[in-house]
Amino acid sequence: MSGGAPVLEARRIVKRYGHVTALDGASFDVRAGEILAVIGDNGAGKSTLIKVLSGATTPDAGEVRLEDRPVRFRSPLDARRAGIETVYQDLALAPALDVSSNLFLGRELRRAGLAGSLLRLLDKRGMRREAARQLAELGIEVPSITAPVENLSGGQRQGVAVARAAAWARRVVILDEPTAALGVRETSHVLALIRRIRDRGLAVVLISHDMPHVFELADRIQVMRLGRRAAIVTPRSHTMADAVALMMGALAGASA
Amino acid sequence: MALLLAVSFFAAKSDRFLVADNGSLILQQVMVVGVLAVGQTLVILTAGIDLSNGASMALGQIVMTKLATQGGASPLVALAMGVLTCAAFGLLNGTLVTRIRMPPFIVTLGTLNIAFALTHIYSNDESFAGLPDALTFLGRTFTVGPTELTYGVVAMLVVFGVTWYALTQTAWGRHVYAVGDSPGAARLSGIHTDRVLLSVYSLAGFVYGVAAILLVARTEVGDPNAGLTDNLDSITAVVLGGTSLFGGRGSVLGTLLGALIVGVFRNGLTLIGVDAIYQTLTTGVLVILAVSVDQLTQSRQR
Repeated sequence: MSGGAPVLEARRIVKRYGHVTALDGASFDVRAGEILAVIGDNGAGKSTLIKVLSGATTPDAGEVRLEDRPVRFRSPLDARRAGIETVYQDLALAPALDVSSNLFLGRELRRAGLAGSLLRLLDKRGMRREAARQLAELGIEVPSITAPVENLSGGQRQGVAVARAAAWARRVVILDEPTAALGVRETSHVLALIRRIRDRGLAVVLISHDMPHVFELADRIQVMRLGRRAAIVTPRSHTMADAVALMMGALAGASA
Repeated sequence: MALLLAVSFFAAKSDRFLVADNGSLILQQVMVVGVLAVGQTLVILTAGIDLSNGASMALGQIVMTKLATQGGASPLVALAMGVLTCAAFGLLNGTLVTRIRMPPFIVTLGTLNIAFALTHIYSNDESFAGLPDALTFLGRTFTVGPTELTYGVVAMLVVFGVTWYALTQTAWGRHVYAVGDSPGAARLSGIHTDRVLLSVYSLAGFVYGVAAILLVARTEVGDPNAGLTDNLDSITAVVLGGTSLFGGRGSVLGTLLGALIVGVFRNGLTLIGVDAIYQTLTTGVLVILAVSVDQLTQSRQR
């Protein structure tokens, strides 16, 4: 995680909603093979920043750069095409569809030959096989690959959502509060999963309120305050108390 | 299950029930509503509802029969114009639902009235009889074992089969389920939810056009008062078939069973001499039972 050029970068992003300035010149960068946590109080601009990076909203000013080239995401689809996958807090999966269908939702595989091109026949077996392989590789256990997602536990569901992002991401995985609704055991599974994704060489962006998790997991921590990046710290250079002080503005950070 | 129970009940009560000719008759009777219910299933799977399907079919049927008898159009053109009319109404429904974001209930309540009025204006409240053979072709029969089936029944089964294939074996079908199940997750998965909805309403409209052809073939007349309660009957069939009004759950094969259950009840009650009004009563009770089951299983899962 030393040096290296940023995979995804944002420079002086401004985003206003009516009179409210959600982002006021916020910057951001994440490198391949690292976990970058983004923390901040409510209203500090965390979620707006993530929306800009994942294409869910477009900034009023500023620049997003992907591998040092300026990009403009008009929709989540644009960001996905650029290799950025996002796991949203509530809207990750379609509950009535099964695990395999969810993993391939919007990117279904078709049979080879005429059956696929003319009859549009889905390659269900191929998708199930591939889904099972992906889950096994990430150590995610589900009762059945054909079980509706709503029959899974919260942790299993989160596992499927994260696996989907990891399976398709080529550059960056963004996780919005991935452990918010989970129990202790399930949480530790998801944390281990996030490390495995980093170890695949992807850049992981973690938005979380949970300081102990952030300090356990992150390589670098970006502290947001009043719509800007207030500081970048690491779990080695700063304590949790320092980070909270930076969030509250009680401690001045070296802003980048 | 319910279907088997009903069949065995009526078989025990009437010796005219369980004969092949009666089976063929039931299929005849459910043919039109069955095909309407296919379009209704598509719409309900997306968590919508279509109140306009019966009226749209009635308009399509009048367009076909008037053009063929008084308009001097060739039968094929007349049929095509009728189907196009229905598809256009579907497209209109879909456009209003996706562009203006109106609730499907309100949109189709509006188009129900529009189609109903246009039917009466265009027909001058007249019926159109003396149809050319090509229009009633699907009403002809062929022999299967001990009984005869109409080509219309075959057409109905084909509509069910093709829709089943599209819903279960193609990516489009999965997207239909996903849009009804969780529109937000579908959108974030890169599915163009509005395009899916538009295709569903348009396709449903096209299917109502097919229903109009079957109606003409069965009645051999263009009747401006046809199909008045068929919208509700189609919803009944869909709901009895186990498709959830909340969207995202259900199947078109269930709808076929649902339509058959209604058909079997109507037919069976007639054979054992129950008055028509009590048949309607029974259907009402059936629907409420089916929806209660849906509600209860939903709330247990939430």
